[in-house]
Amino acid sequence: MNLTFVDWTIMVIYFAFVLGIGVALKRYMKTSTDFFLSGRSIPAWITGLAFISANLGAQEVIGMGASGAKYGIATSHFYWIGAIPAMVFVGIFMMPFYYGSRARSVPEYLKLRFDEKTRGLNAISFAVMTIFSSGISLYAMGLLLNVLLGWSFSFSILMAAVIVLIYVFMGGLTSAIYNEVLQFFLIVFGFAPLVFLGLRDAGGWAGLQTRLTDVATANGYGSGAWTHSWQYMGAPTSNPMGVEWFGLAMGLGFVLSFGYWCTDFLVVQRAMAAKSMSAARRTPLIAAVPKMFFPFLVILPGMIAIALTYKAGGSGFSLPKKLDGTFNYDLAIPMMLGHYFPSGMLGVGLTALMASFMSGMAGNVTAFNTVWTYDIYQSYIKRGASDEHYLWMGRMATVFGIAVSVAAAYVATRFNNIMDMLQLIFAFVNAPLFATFLLGMFWKRTTGHGAFFGLVAGTVAASIHHGLTLPAGAVAGIKGGWFAVQHIYPSEMAQNFWTAIFAWTSCFVVTILISLVTRARKESELVGLVYSLTERPKDDERRWFQRPATLAVLVLLAAVILNIIFW
Amino acid sequence: MQLDIRLPIGLMFLLLGLVLAVFGLVGDKSQYKSSLGINVNLWWGLVMLGFGLVMFLLGRRGSATARLTEDSPEGVKLEEKEAERAAES
Repeated sequence: MNLTFVDWTIMVIYFAFVLGIGVALKRYMKTSTDFFLSGRSIPAWITGLAFISANLGAQEVIGMGASGAKYGIATSHFYWIGAIPAMVFVGIFMMPFYYGSRARSVPEYLKLRFDEKTRGLNAISFAVMTIFSSGISLYAMGLLLNVLLGWSFSFSILMAAVIVLIYVFMGGLTSAIYNEVLQFFLIVFGFAPLVFLGLRDAGGWAGLQTRLTDVATANGYGSGAWTHSWQYMGAPTSNPMGVEWFGLAMGLGFVLSFGYWCTDFLVVQRAMAAKSMSAARRTPLIAAVPKMFFPFLVILPGMIAIALTYKAGGSGFSLPKKLDGTFNYDLAIPMMLGHYFPSGMLGVGLTALMASFMSGMAGNVTAFNTVWTYDIYQSYIKRGASDEHYLWMGRMATVFGIAVSVAAAYVATRFNNIMDMLQLIFAFVNAPLFATFLLGMFWKRTTGHGAFFGLVAGTVAASIHHGLTLPAGAVAGIKGGWFAVQHIYPSEMAQNFWTAIFAWTSCFVVTILISLVTRARKESELVGLVYSLTERPKDDERRWFQRPATLAVLVLLAAVILNIIFW
Repeated sequence: MQLDIRLPIGLMFLLLGLVLAVFGLVGDKSQYKSSLGINVNLWWGLVMLGFGLVMFLLGRRGSATARLTEDSPEGVKLEEKEAERAAES
């Protein structure tokens, strides 16, 4: 792809605004609460858009496009049964404790509810994971821009890192949130015309469906395998994902999605910055509205790409292949940008792509600097220092965190397996988390020992399960089976879902058993932290659309309708 | 008191929309073969311009903003609670 003057102009305008926001907000960062929590003062619609934008990293845009091509509309399960119910749950049932307890981070909630060791375990594992995730996405961006534009790897990642560093360093969480909202709109405006043009090229929705029938039958599946999300979920052999409805609903819909949306500080931090309890509860609900339509923005282009590859449209687009002859699914969206967009619009599309990398990275960085400063530095390294000192530490942690991400991205270029291994370990650590929060918030008998050892047991169970199973066609090693192969799953996705189910169940059971034999905390200490001992937050907003419960029902209803339409 | 978020968003889209639309009017038309003969720069530029204008006008109300902790009731309560917890330990 060749960039012209007008594309560069667009990119430069975007960078100027992103940095300008950081500069404009610098003078409002007076205390650590301003820097890490935006003074708890932001209206719900802003935190809501930031909530999804922080998650809308490049993995989402590129990855969902790739999955759309590989698996078709069934990819929308990540949204319509995955994200949406979990977002409703965190808003309605969990936010009262996160926000109401006045914890400043998710690990700090664990400290208040359980004990120091549970917080320490969560804080340290989260800090390490979030900084490496940011490194992994930098690495992905460096590779992509190198393939698309021929930019050098170092130039791409250093440019992104320095821009994110400047705006987070100056304006803290507020700057990250403002930019996430800006990036959200840019991503929507950058990709929407792509869907329009692609769909037109494929002969509209009807044309796309006929073409996808060819794709499905050519791959040996029933004719609607790419255009129906549930119909082919009866058995793992009948859909390209290789999963069946139970593993899908439990593994993805329950364990993985609730684990991510309800406990990951990267997203919860946005809600914690909202200006009132009602605004905090509405944050994930407002986020759920655009989120449920994202499949049309990120999955549909992938489906269009594969459809046009099997049966060419008027403009002759087709997916590129890798050296080994298989399709390079990850390039579905980037290649479509290059194919359909003329100079000008191409600049907007590529800037949107870069914006998605940056919003994801800034999300990681702000979550990291908060957990580092409050939960690690203030708790274990230097207690009782002045607020100015912690504010300074937050800025240093931003520099340090970004430096480590960049280093991790370079390490990934030499040892690709290390990144795969890290992601695997993250999955083991994350999978059981939701069991701990669920029990902690809704069963007052849960104890600190129970929570801690439950988490450890869940992580161990995940690694054992992974060590004993293998996806079909894989070799024992990083993909699993490194103890012995006891069971073969039809696909890697099925293996992931079941690893999560085993981890969650082990954590749930072990936490209950240990809690029953250890001493519970006094009920008076748990007020505001546990459901049965906390006053229900009143929906006192006057207008119906500002009430969390009303919003929740509407969001769930819409998700059900979408599931039925694309059944 | 602070920066209304809709101002920078509005301004940026006004500028981007303007650049695109003008380029769509004066630029080389042969390049629209790849976009199925549609002048996406002009049309989408106008849409972005409109969105930017709406955001910018709304932003002049100055209500969509973060505030300093000291001006935010929940921020003040958070800092009080934190001071309490620090005193306890």
